[in-house]
Amino acid sequence: MSHASSSAGHDVHGESHGSFGSYLVGFVISVVLTAAAFAAVMMHAMSPGVTIGVISALAVVQIFVHVIYFLHMNGSSAQAWNRICFFFAVGCCLIIVFGVLFVMHDTSMNMMSR
Amino acid sequence: MLGKLTFSAIPLDVPILVGTFIGVAVVGAAVLGLVTYYGKWGYLWREWLTSVDHKRLGVMYIILALVMLFRGFADAVMMRTQLALAYNGNPGYLPPHHYDQVFSAHGTIMIFFMAMAFMTGLFNIVVPLQIGARDVAFPFLNSLSFWMTTISAVLINVSLFIGEFAQCGWLAYPPISELKFSPGVGIDYYIWAVQLSGVGTLLTGVNFFTTIIKMRAPGMDLMHMPIFTWTALCASVLIMAAFPVLTVTLGCLSMDRYFGMHFFTNEAGGSVMLYLNMIWCWGHPEVYILVLPAFGVFSEVTSTFSGKPLFGYATMVYATLSITVLSFIVWVHHFFTMGAGPNVNAFFGIMTMIIAVPTGVKIFNWLFTMYKGRIEFHSTMYWTIGFMITFSIGGMTGVMMAMPAADWVLHNSLFLIAHFHNVIIGGVYFGYVAGMNFWFPKVFGFKLNEAWGKRAFYCWFVGFYLAFVPLYIAGFEGMTRRLNHYDNPDWHVQMLIAEVGVLTIACGVVCQLVQIYVSIRDRNLPQNIDYTGDPWNGRTLEWSISSPPPAYNFAVLPDIHGIDSFHTEKEMGRGTHKPLTDIHMPRNTAAGFFVGAFSFVLGFAAVWHIWWMAALGLIGVLLTVILRSNDNDIDYYVPVSEVTRDVEAQSRKLMAQAAE
Amino acid sequence: MAHEATMPPVAGGHDDHEHHESPVVFGFWVYLMTDCILFGTLFAAFATLRHQYAGGPSGKEIFELGGVALETAILLLSSITFGFGALAAHAQKKGAFLGWLGITFLLGLSFVGLELREFTHMIAEGNGPDRSAFLSAFFTLVATHGLHVSTGLIWILVVMVQSLGGGAGPPRVMSKLTCLSLFWHFLDIVWICVFTFVYLLSVI
Repeated sequence: MSHASSSAGHDVHGESHGSFGSYLVGFVISVVLTAAAFAAVMMHAMSPGVTIGVISALAVVQIFVHVIYFLHMNGSSAQAWNRICFFFAVGCCLIIVFGVLFVMHDTSMNMMSR
Repeated sequence: MLGKLTFSAIPLDVPILVGTFIGVAVVGAAVLGLVTYYGKWGYLWREWLTSVDHKRLGVMYIILALVMLFRGFADAVMMRTQLALAYNGNPGYLPPHHYDQVFSAHGTIMIFFMAMAFMTGLFNIVVPLQIGARDVAFPFLNSLSFWMTTISAVLINVSLFIGEFAQCGWLAYPPISELKFSPGVGIDYYIWAVQLSGVGTLLTGVNFFTTIIKMRAPGMDLMHMPIFTWTALCASVLIMAAFPVLTVTLGCLSMDRYFGMHFFTNEAGGSVMLYLNMIWCWGHPEVYILVLPAFGVFSEVTSTFSGKPLFGYATMVYATLSITVLSFIVWVHHFFTMGAGPNVNAFFGIMTMIIAVPTGVKIFNWLFTMYKGRIEFHSTMYWTIGFMITFSIGGMTGVMMAMPAADWVLHNSLFLIAHFHNVIIGGVYFGYVAGMNFWFPKVFGFKLNEAWGKRAFYCWFVGFYLAFVPLYIAGFEGMTRRLNHYDNPDWHVQMLIAEVGVLTIACGVVCQLVQIYVSIRDRNLPQNIDYTGDPWNGRTLEWSISSPPPAYNFAVLPDIHGIDSFHTEKEMGRGTHKPLTDIHMPRNTAAGFFVGAFSFVLGFAAVWHIWWMAALGLIGVLLTVILRSNDNDIDYYVPVSEVTRDVEAQSRKLMAQAAE
Repeated sequence: MAHEATMPPVAGGHDDHEHHESPVVFGFWVYLMTDCILFGTLFAAFATLRHQYAGGPSGKEIFELGGVALETAILLLSSITFGFGALAAHAQKKGAFLGWLGITFLLGLSFVGLELREFTHMIAEGNGPDRSAFLSAFFTLVATHGLHVSTGLIWILVVMVQSLGGGAGPPRVMSKLTCLSLFWHFLDIVWICVFTFVYLLSVI
């Protein structure tokens, strides 16, 4: 796998395109993480609470692996706004998911509907 | 073959609708006839309908907004008149089925098709000029957004004459909006109109965010941007964060209605409260999407007509940013009574009160900008001062209702109606009208008539208080919203005063129409023409170019050195001396129009369950998009000779003006 | 959903002599972030309704993790084949580019096929989206992802056909390909959340 064949020449967008090597690394890591998540659930080795924590953590790590190796997000200044948008969007998602869960859970407790 | 659509869907038995239809048909035929008579179809098609020029799209957005204002306002007059009549056993003239459609349509149209369209129009006209860009980042998407908004507006008005509109209020709360309780097509019209316009709005958000981030003139840092551009940026961020939530919420509702799912039904585990949470996750940011650009307009107007730089530029920016963030964590204050515990209500109540702080900061910034300024009482200043008074009152009643305990009393009453009209008319509408008066000469090259502008303001201002202060009182007395008729004679006097108020506002609307007519009639009077492109001694870049600007806006891209760079350079007598070059511009395209047209077919067919037609619409949309992506002839160069000619013509005009 | 492919190239307002970067890829990135919030909201709905079985089956009873694992594997594989295709395009190797994209397309197609099979299977057993709020949320969330993948498939075809026509890699095709690449990999990320928080969490 040659690195020479990739990028640089067409790098007009301040985006990096990765290389065969980086794609392979990303692929291997995400296969391992996915397999670990499935194994954690299918082998029933841990208590449910722990399992939830473990697979959530694995998912978060895998998301970052994908973002870095496949979506090519990096720390360069050219991508500063890409990063800001990404984290802002993630923040909004967290507000929506946990906000709605918090409110709905509190409501059903308060109204004793559960 | 035609799904649920039958001849009986046309409401021939409702005289008001038949009359309206005849009126619309006559006016429409007159307009079409005039265009044909003057042979302007080709011009209209080539220069406007297929245009990707942000200034022209902006004008079309604002025309759409004014037409929709007319529709929404007619609904308002009908409601007030009904309530002035229908008491003590008198049923009034609007039966509940019709009345419920009227108030639902009023809210939906005013927010989605009046306010949003007006705001997008101002973005289009102003933002690229203020940042020294030649167009937006994605001119084709801009045209597409416009057409999505327009066809949705058409769709919602089609519901007037074919079928019915929603009867569940402007947010279509379940379970009443579910199939079981609303088996008609009204909600489907609502869903499809809002969804399709939502596509347009979302693309607008993406477009303007990208434009502002990536296409500012050289040297313009973020902290050098005019405040209107800042508010446009924050509103775009809010659009991008909030509108996907609306899409999902209404999408789930339509899943319920079309596929028998159970997101929000009473049975099978559905949760009505989930809908409220989700829709207000969009809905609260939405009100800030509307009002932030109005704040931007007031900032520009205040500093221009006070002859001073804006007081506290940085605090204004930070206030805008903090409102942007805070608006995401206040949504529960729309339904404190839903049964959440004290933890939830306390959190969201406190957050709501906190969001009033940056808004207050802004009010003080405008006041201090005026303080010791050389204030010119232009009609835009009238709207601004009227706004500061009205919006402060509306803000304070808002903080009242931010207290969960007080909200328990006021929830769903006319007090709430008065509150949000207080901030939306007094904030959003006053701001957009001020913006229209302020930037009108930039777009058309002549000023709007001052006398009629001030008359319009006085009618709106006085009419507003007459129409809504009685609603505050009636709300305190326990009158709930969305009543078709009532038995308490004590409320009647408030309703009568409110009727006088709405008629006063109607005079304001008439004054605005007359203002536009008179201004066009007198456009060639020397005091009305804007020769210089800078009629108000402006501070920002849009005033540095001719009025109306050439299609490419800037012959040379300006260099920016700080806040109000144009004003500084004007005072120091500097100018740019960069050489002219060929200018790269996007070509007009009909693709946006066709995507819009096919989306309309899709929406209309889906409302009536005409599935073959819906499939045709969808395929049409896809094919148009694919063909467009195959088209490589999408841009052209304005030759340097043409640019030179324009520049010389403008400087001749300037010299002639100076010689007089 | 259908508008991703339509962004024009370096838009007006760009003076060719000023070296601005193209806003297309950035604009598409921003669009993807809005898509991210769209999925976030669907996840919020699912999370709220995930125990509302209404007497119907729970996830534990109807989800087959084997099928999900296969779908996941296919999607992961399609990610890397797409990556290789994009690299081939940047290296101006048209044959390799078309080959890799073709493989990606087939993988994506089989993913959609597997998902449809799972859905029809569940509906045939009476566990369709109208059975309970939990199933409504499940079907809507997963089908929205599937719809995105299907859009991606159409887009892959369009890009393949377009690259047959023109010479290899004019800037407009390349920026379109970069957008498609972001889109395709983004769907992977959504799928990570789907298999973790929908499937795995339900069967614990």
